[in-house]
Formats: sequence, structure tokens, C-alpha cells
Amino acid sequence: MAALFTPRANVIMTASVLAIACAVTSGCLLWFAWPYTDYARQVGWTIEQPVPFSHQHHVAGLGIDCRFCHSSVERSAQASMPPTFTCMTCHSQIWTDAAVLAGIRDSFLRNTPMTWQRVTDVPDYVYFNHGIHVTKGVGCESCHGNVATMALTYKAKSLTMQFCLDCHRDPGSSLRPAENIFDTDWHRVPSTPGPAALLARYHVGGRNLTECSICHR
Amino acid sequence: MTGRIVHPGETPWSMTERVCVTTLRPDAGLWTPLWWWLCLGMALALLAGGVVSVAWLFYAGLGIWGIDWPVAWGFDILNYVWWIAIASGGTFISALFFLLRAPWRTSLNRLAESLTLCAALCAAIFPILHLGRPQFFYWLFPYPNTMGLWAQFRSPLVWDFFAILAYVLCSVLFWYFGLLPDLATLRERAQRRWQRVFYGVLALGFRGSARQWRHYQPVYGVMAALMAPLVVSVHSIVGMDFAGGAATGWHSTQFPPFFVFGAGLSGFAIVLLAVIPLRPALGLQPYITDWHIDVLGRLLLTASLCVAYAYVMDVFSTFYGPDQADRTMFAFRLHGLYAPVYWGTIMLNIVFPQLLWWRGVRMKQPVVWAICLGVLVGMWLERFQIIVSSLARTQLQSAWGQYTPTLWEWSLLAGTIGLFLTAFLLLVRFIPMLAMAEMRAVLEDRP
Repeated sequence: MAALFTPRANVIMTASVLAIACAVTSGCLLWFAWPYTDYARQVGWTIEQPVPFSHQHHVAGLGIDCRFCHSSVERSAQASMPPTFTCMTCHSQIWTDAAVLAGIRDSFLRNTPMTWQRVTDVPDYVYFNHGIHVTKGVGCESCHGNVATMALTYKAKSLTMQFCLDCHRDPGSSLRPAENIFDTDWHRVPSTPGPAALLARYHVGGRNLTECSICHR
Repeated sequence: MTGRIVHPGETPWSMTERVCVTTLRPDAGLWTPLWWWLCLGMALALLAGGVVSVAWLFYAGLGIWGIDWPVAWGFDILNYVWWIAIASGGTFISALFFLLRAPWRTSLNRLAESLTLCAALCAAIFPILHLGRPQFFYWLFPYPNTMGLWAQFRSPLVWDFFAILAYVLCSVLFWYFGLLPDLATLRERAQRRWQRVFYGVLALGFRGSARQWRHYQPVYGVMAALMAPLVVSVHSIVGMDFAGGAATGWHSTQFPPFFVFGAGLSGFAIVLLAVIPLRPALGLQPYITDWHIDVLGRLLLTASLCVAYAYVMDVFSTFYGPDQADRTMFAFRLHGLYAPVYWGTIMLNIVFPQLLWWRGVRMKQPVVWAICLGVLVGMWLERFQIIVSSLARTQLQSAWGQYTPTLWEWSLLAGTIGLFLTAFLLLVRFIPMLAMAEMRAVLEDRP
């Protein structure tokens, strides 16, 4: 009876076992690593808007405050998008026949709101409230990035649960004085009160901020 | 001693011949017997029902089951605990009695371990199916993730995940490792090419050289030493899944040993249940003698007495303890809606097995078989009683309720029985059900 397996069979067997082990390991690693990538989280992607609005021009160039357009950000869960009337405050006077603003004028004439597309979104099972964050010392920049540099608005942070928890587990170091909330490029300076002082000033810390029901209701 | 565990006149040669013929069927006249095909057909029919049930579950969600508030654990956990307890028999016999050097265990271990694998496979299905989103079962595993979440190591449910995983992996390895020399024997004796390649690949190049045996035996011993505590830990942790919860009737320190006793009882019952018909069907009477049935019957009786002790302590701690809610729940068990379940448990697990005190009964295999079938039903009823009647009678009267399983839960249970039988029948057909290499040692030792 001829030999059942050639001498090479051992090599083939060992190589296949190793190859399967490598494939499974690297597959798992890829699977775990994938959600961490900016690509998976769509960080840095601009989203097509009905009118190409430039935060860079309006914030850095003209010095308009965030709240001029996002007027309910301090009081409401929603930061809110401005009604077309807010745009027309200025654009009824300047750039009145700019082609790029045709959509705004159209919306104004038809009395239908602009369909702005949300750039920074969290899943529907997350109850994010702008008011509590802004009034308790979290700057807009902490989640939205430096919008003053964005010619077209894009998502600046991953907004994973890890991202939220990094702050909820240690809120103090991310808080800033009330007068700096709307600064788009703020850095801690020696005269800034320390994390503990800010926590005390905003009365943060009475409740465990990592309880499930803080964000999931 | 050896006269009782092997028929006289058997040699290593005749034993190997007998087992290999059953597995390899070299002669065209020796087709796979009809009983095998009939059983397989029945098993596949049950399995098909289970597949439909699971498919519908994945499509429609957990709402198709009868579980609801307050009885949020129903057939899913019940059947999981039942199956994993059934799986224990193989490990008790092959690992524990290997360490104890019990010579009778040699002819039973392959069969018992194969039963373990099939039952563990069925058990592993339920915890995954009972998740609302089964695709996320791996969230129990501590792996780095963007949610910033880590497994809750204070929860017995997480220990359960690790215990089951370790138990299933080690059971598979132990079974396969023990099988290697026999696969090599089959490879050498096979006539058809596909058989030689099939068993040859599975034998992983085992040639029976002295060097291989010198490594093989210590490793087998170490694996047995690992398996014996694992079977205790896995059932203790299943018990803690309940004891860790503050539900009435669950929050008891005796639960871990109670579940180990229950596992022993169902484990020995399934081994007897399979051995009694398979012995004549595979022609194994010379190696699995009446004396083996006798030993297993005595083990079953011992396990039944252990379980009886746990039942008595359950009653004692409830009525000796201070908790009125526990007593109300227990009264509900004794004469409430599910009272037949409680009394059925007592009859099938405790009362009927007492017949095994008599040697005459232990020698009557149909009676032993019926008692074992009763024990398996009884153990199932016991899980029903623990899970459902506790959840149906919680501390607050306003949260009382009841549970009625739906067709989909019954068909899933039947489906896992089908899966168990299908897997076991395939193993019976293609894998030697007698550990030939170990049996040779027993036969050669004979004076």
C-alpha cells in the first residue's frame, strides 16, 4: 500500500493551521480596530448642504457669536438651526444677488425652512442636552472642534461612547470659565481656575455622571 | 475485577476488530444499520423544526416567546441549565474517575464524553438566543471598544460566560486528545481511500511511537486534572447565576453545590440512557457489562440522594429563615399553579430512583432505562420549578404573574433534542465509541 501522505503533508498541515490562526487573529484585530478609525466614524467628512455655509467666514472673519444663529443652545436640548429670517437679517442688505445664496432667498420667498443637514449626530438612544452642557462649562469646541477654521462644516470628533465617557468620568479638566464657553480656540492659561474650582463653581459632581440613565433613558 | 468489567476470552485484537468493523464497515454487506437511519431521520425532523423556530425568532424577536414581566426567564434559561447539567456526565466519568483510577470507566468514557459534547453544544445555543440582539453576545467578553465599556466582573453572568467557554473548549480538547490513538488505528485499518484520508488527517500524524506515548500520557492526565474541577466550577457558577439574584427562592448559599448535585444526577442518567440501547446495537456487551450498568445505577442513586439532601435543605432554609416572601413563594410551589411540577420533580428525581437500592432492579435494564428517562424529565421540571415559580411569586404581590411557554419555545426545545441526537448519531457512526487504546491496556493487564 502506497504511503497515504507525502512528506510535504506535515508542512502543508502546519502552514494551514498557522494561516487559519493568523487569519482569525488579524480578522478579530481588524474588527476591533475598525470602529476606532476616523473613516468608520466619518470624522472630517463634510456633508453636502443646500447652501455652502462657511463658519470660517462668519465666525473668524465677521466675529459673529455662536448664539446669534444657534439661539436656543443655552436653554434647550437642541442648539437649533437658524430660521431663514436670521440669514436675511444681513443678506437682505449684502450679497443680495449672489448666486450662491439663491437657496436662501428662495426659502425666504416660499416661506419654507432650509433643509440643513446635521453634521454632528448621535444615535437616537442618546439623550444629549445642549443646555446643561453649555451652562455647566463645556465649550462648544469640545465636541464641535474649532469651527472658525471650517470653510465647510465637518464632524470634528469621533463622538463614540468612549468620547462621551472620557469627559463624564473626569469632567473637571474639560470645563472652562463661563466667559470662554463660546471661544472656538481656547486653551487653559495659568490664571484659569483649576478643575476642582470649576467643578465647585458649576456644582458638578452631585450625581454619578456615568450612570446609564444619564444618557440612555 | 477485570472479570466483571470485560468478558473473558476478549483480547486486544478481538476488541479492536469489533470496534473498527462497527466504525469502518469494510464489508459491503455491513451497511449502516436501519435503526441508525430511523433515529437519524427522526432527529433531523426535530432539528428542522428547531431551525424554523430559530429563524422565526431571529426575524420576529423575543416577543414570540411566552416570557414577559415578571417571568422574564423561561425556557431559554431553563433549557440551558438542563442541557449543561446533562453534559456533566461525561466529564464526571471520564475525568473524575480517570483520576480515581476506576478501571470500569475505560469502556464508558468515549461514549460519555461524546454525550457531553453534544449536550454542551445544545446548552450553548440558549444563552445566545435569549439575548434580544444575539449578534452582540460577544459584549460579555472584555475587549477594547469605542463604547468605553468593560464586562461587569461582579456579575455571575459574566463568570458563566467564561466558565462555559472554558468547559466547552476543554471538553472538546479532552475528547479529541483521547481520540487521537484510536483515529490512528482507524487510519491504519481503513480500506477505502476516503476513510484513510479522513481518519489520517484527524489523527494528526499519531504513529504510536514510544516518544509520542511518553508525551501523550502526562498530557492526558493533566487535562483530566483540569476537567474535574472545571465541571464543578461550571455548575457552581450556573447556581450562582440564580443565587446572585435577589429573587425569592434563589438567594441561597446552597445553590452552587445544589446545581453540582443536579448535574451529576442528569449526567449519569443520560449516560445510562444512551448505554443501555447502544450496548447491543454496537455489540459492546463484552466491554460494557451488566456490572457497568450496576455501577452507573449506584452512582445515579448516590446523585439522587445528594439532590434529595438539597431539596430538604431548600425547604429547611425557607421555613427556618426569616423571609415571609420566601415562605409565600414556597407555599405556591407546594400547592399553587405549578404544584404538579414540584411534586413531579420529587417523584421522578427522588422517589423512583430509590428503587435502585435493589440489585434486582439495577439488573433489569428496561426499568433502569425508564428511571433514567424519568430523571431527565424530573431535572427539567426541577429547573422549571426553580426559575418560573420563583419569578412568578416575587416579594411584591403587585408583581406576581405567570408563564406559559409558546409553541416556539417548545419547538426550540424539540429542536435542540434533535440537534443532540443528530450530533450524537453522527459520532456513533463515524467515531469509535470505545476508547480502544485504553481498553487494550485493561485487556493486557488481565492475568
